[in-house]
Order: sequence, then structure tokens, then C-alpha cells
Amino acid sequence: MLRTIAGFETPDSGAIRIDGVDMAGVPPYRRPVNIMFQSYALFPHMSVVRNVGFGLRQEKLPRAEIERRAGAILDMVQMRDFAARRPGQLSGGERQRVALARALVKEPKLLLLDEPLTALDRKLREETRFELKRIHERVGITFLMVTHDQEEAMSMASCLAVMNEGRIEQIGAPEHVYENPANRFVAGFLGTVNLFDGKIVGGENGMVVVDTDAGRLSVAHPPHAAGANVVVAVRPEKLRLAATSPSVNAMAGTMRGVAYRGEASTGEVELANGRLVRVTVANAGGALPASGAVVFLSFAPDAARILES
Amino acid sequence: MTGRRLGVVALPYTWLLLFFLAPFLIVLKISLAHEAVSIPPYTPLFERGGLAVTGANYLFLLSDALYWKAYLGAIRYAAVATIATLLLGYPLAYGIARAPARWRGMLLMLVILPFWTSFLIRVYAWIGLLKENGVINHALMSLGLIDAPLRLINNDFSVILGLVYAYLPFMVLPLYAQLEKLDPALNDAAADLGAPPARAFWQVTLPLSLPGIVAGVLLVFIPAVGEFVIPDLLGGPNTLMIGKILWDEFFTNRDWPVAAALAIAMLLLLALPMGLMRRFLRGVT
Repeated sequence: MLRTIAGFETPDSGAIRIDGVDMAGVPPYRRPVNIMFQSYALFPHMSVVRNVGFGLRQEKLPRAEIERRAGAILDMVQMRDFAARRPGQLSGGERQRVALARALVKEPKLLLLDEPLTALDRKLREETRFELKRIHERVGITFLMVTHDQEEAMSMASCLAVMNEGRIEQIGAPEHVYENPANRFVAGFLGTVNLFDGKIVGGENGMVVVDTDAGRLSVAHPPHAAGANVVVAVRPEKLRLAATSPSVNAMAGTMRGVAYRGEASTGEVELANGRLVRVTVANAGGALPASGAVVFLSFAPDAARILES
Repeated sequence: MTGRRLGVVALPYTWLLLFFLAPFLIVLKISLAHEAVSIPPYTPLFERGGLAVTGANYLFLLSDALYWKAYLGAIRYAAVATIATLLLGYPLAYGIARAPARWRGMLLMLVILPFWTSFLIRVYAWIGLLKENGVINHALMSLGLIDAPLRLINNDFSVILGLVYAYLPFMVLPLYAQLEKLDPALNDAAADLGAPPARAFWQVTLPLSLPGIVAGVLLVFIPAVGEFVIPDLLGGPNTLMIGKILWDEFFTNRDWPVAAALAIAMLLLLALPMGLMRRFLRGVT
């Protein structure tokens, strides 16, 4: 997708418009778009400052202006001290900053980021997330970032699109997409989800009742045709865990594995029919019951979502 | 140095000593002797208990304009041929490096294929193609494009053609090796930053392929300077190349000391461009 926007590939159908201008037939070197490549693609035979100045030199700007702008952008990514080095003498994180500076220096209308953080180690990746957000706010350029890391996508984006095989499944604010996934794919892609296949058997007062393999479940939902096959989706952190049977949406089961994750713990509960359900409990709520304990899971009717199956 | 490391280093050094340094010293010795009617046809190094060396052969090389003209002639032919192989070989190597991976092996094979036939036979084949009543003239005349046969052989054209033909693979292979390593994303990056294809080539692809260019130029230029077979078979009476003169001194004139001096001089003069190229290469990488 990024390669198509940047002009390296032609779209099979549809049009690409940047600020209302149709980009069809416009070669990459004339598009007001810059891309930060996954491999960074820094020119190994040029110093950092020459790499950053490359785009400005193509515009035949005066030397003094090139130096000033390249210097300013290197300051912003805190790479001024490395200006004379070659890319081969830099670490992965430093190269990433230079690649970002090089893509930003021309002040494009749109900056494309192709999995910019995947080449970095975990700790650096998390630091760089905040760094990227900070730079984004400072330059005020639209960033379009592609990532396979759903956590990265949710924590960085103001608008998030979930794509599947080249098609957009859902687009919206991260909170909205996470809380109200449009379909199974989106629900499963962003975070973990428990899915219960079933059939609508009735409903009233803004609720529908679904007959699933985990019993009859009530979910807050506008009226829906009875007999339709649907999926009830419940996030693990929306499930409540109790030792005695609650009144609504109760599911009895046996505690199986527990994974302690620091700020929260995730446990697996085996229901009577053998299927496993995931439940996440914040640590403030106390420890999870030990493996083998009989427990009851439940959820508030408005904590679950109905998806088309 | 441990015994094992000594062994590892000793092997190539022994090889160089036996097959390069020893022959070089023998030739050097001959170049310092006088011509003699004997077998071998030169005077011994030690005579009547004393060292008998002479610089006369080297002075002779300087006194006769033929030698330095032949040397300059060889450099001129080799330089023109090297530039021509570079201009032909670069697009060829670039094309192969950017071809789909499943074709590359076959395309490289085609570049190397001529090596399966003897070099001498391939040069003879060119005589058959180029001569007055040869394949090319015959074809052009029967097509009615020309009335009289073109003079295609025994001139500068045929020598350059022969050199370019024979040494093209030595240009293509190092260039290919260099170009194949280049990340295509670099060209995308150049285009993305506003460089049209031609400028991306000059500013990114060309500088990054410089080591391949230097290697190819050395591999073509150095043997082309000393080339003997091509000027002898395809060249004319005016083709002056040092390799041919060297051959004539050794086998026609049987003046081994002068021929040996010529060989030493050629070696030293060839070492000069090679050294310059190496320094240049170190400067750019």
C-alpha cells in the first residue's frame, strides 16, 4: 500500500489523491510524499548529513539553505553529533533516526513509515514510539504508518485501519476499533478475544439472547432477527471471575493455566464442554485462583459485542 | 606465529615464490646479460670469477623509439578497449543483476559460455567473419548494402574489436557481483527523495558500483596491454603493441636479453597504473 502511495506501484483500481490532487501517472520523484523504508535504505557512500541533504539537493536549493535545514532536522532527531559519520558506523537506532530525518527534511505532505520500528530491539522500540509521537506533534505532517504490531498501532495512532489481504476491514479511532470491532478478523487481530458462536433465540429491552456452546448469553444490542447465526465476542479483561454463580451470563469452569504478567494476570478456564476461555484480572483485584479450582465466569451484558458470523 | 598459521601462510607464499618470483628473477638475470651465440643465447651471470652484468639492454630500449612507441600503442589500444568494454559491460551487468532471479544464472552462463572454446580458436573465428571474402562482407554484399567488401580486418578496428570481445566477460563479472549486492531500495529511496532515474543512477548506483568498475577495468586493461595473440592475428602491419614486439624479440630475433629487459620494463610500467588504481579504490571505499 505504501509503495502504491509513493508511486512505485500502480493501483489495480481506485485513485490516490493527495490534497485533492490525483497522483495517477505522477512518478515517485514528483510526489509530495516521502517514505521511511523498513530497511532504512540509507546511502552507504554518503555521510549522515549528505544523506539527509540528498532530497534538498535534488531541488537545487542554495547550499546554505540545505545545510541549515539538514542541520535543524538532525538537531530534532538528536543526531547532529553524528553528521559526519557514514551509515555503516551507526547503530540500528541511530540509523532509524537518520532515515526519519531524511524523510522529513523535505516537509512532505504525507510521511509514509514502513514498519519503522521492527528493526529495533524491544526496549528501544518502546522509547522510539514516544519519540515518534513527539516528532509527529512537532512537525505537524500526516504520518501513515504500517505495522504488524497491534499494540504499536493502538498506542501510536489517532486513526487506525485494520487491513486484511489488501482490503480495509475497519477504520476508526483505536479505542473505537478495539471496543467495537466490525467483525471476527478485527476482533481477533487487535488484542485477545473470546468468541462464542451461537444463534439468536430472542431478546427484549435492548438486549438479545444468544444460545451458544457456553450457555444462553444476554448481550446489549439493538433488536436482531431471531434464528440468525452470530458470534458473541468478549475481551478477557471484561470477564469477571467469581467463586459462586453470578445471576447473568454465568459460565462454570475449572481453572487451568495462569500466566502472571506483572500488571495483570491471564488465566485459562476450561468450561464443562471442554472449550477454553481466557480471562484477565488486574493485579489490584488479587491473585487468580489456583489451577484446578472451580470458578464462575460472567460478564455484564454491555461488555460483550455481537458480530456477524 | 603458531605452526598452523605458519603453514597456512606458507602455502600461498611458496606458490608465489616458485611461480612468480623465481621466473621473475630468471628473466631479470637474462635482462642483465649480453646476447651470445650459444645455448641458452646469453652470457652467464658470473664470468671469470666476477659478476658480469650490463645495463646495455635497458639503454637499448630507450635508444630505439620502436619500444616506447609500442608500449604507448599497447596502452592506447588497451585503454580504448577497456572503455569500450566498460560501456558495453555496464548495461549488460546491470541488466543481469536486475533480471528475475531465475534468469540470472542462465544469463551469467551465456557470458561465461565462450570460455568453453579455446581463446585461439575464437580469435581465428573472427578472421573468418571479418576477412575480405568473409561471412560479414559476403552477407552485406548479397543483401546489396555494399558494392565492394569493407576493410574489416588487419586494422585498428579489428584489434579493438578482438580485445573487447575477448575481455568483455572480465568486465561483466566483477560489475555484476557489485551491482547484484546493491539494495534496490536505495534506488527507490533516491526516487522518493526527488531524483529522476538518470540522477539516481549518477548519484547512487554509479558511485556504489565503483569498486566493481575498478576491478573490471584492472582485469581488462592489464592483460590487454600485454596482449599478443589478438594484435598478431587481427592486427595489421601498423599495429604496434608491446606484446607482439616482445614475441618478435624472443622468437624472431632470438635476442633474449633485450626481450627480457622489455618484459621487466613492461611489468614495472604496468605496476604503475595498478598501484594508482588501488590507491584510488582505497580512497572511495
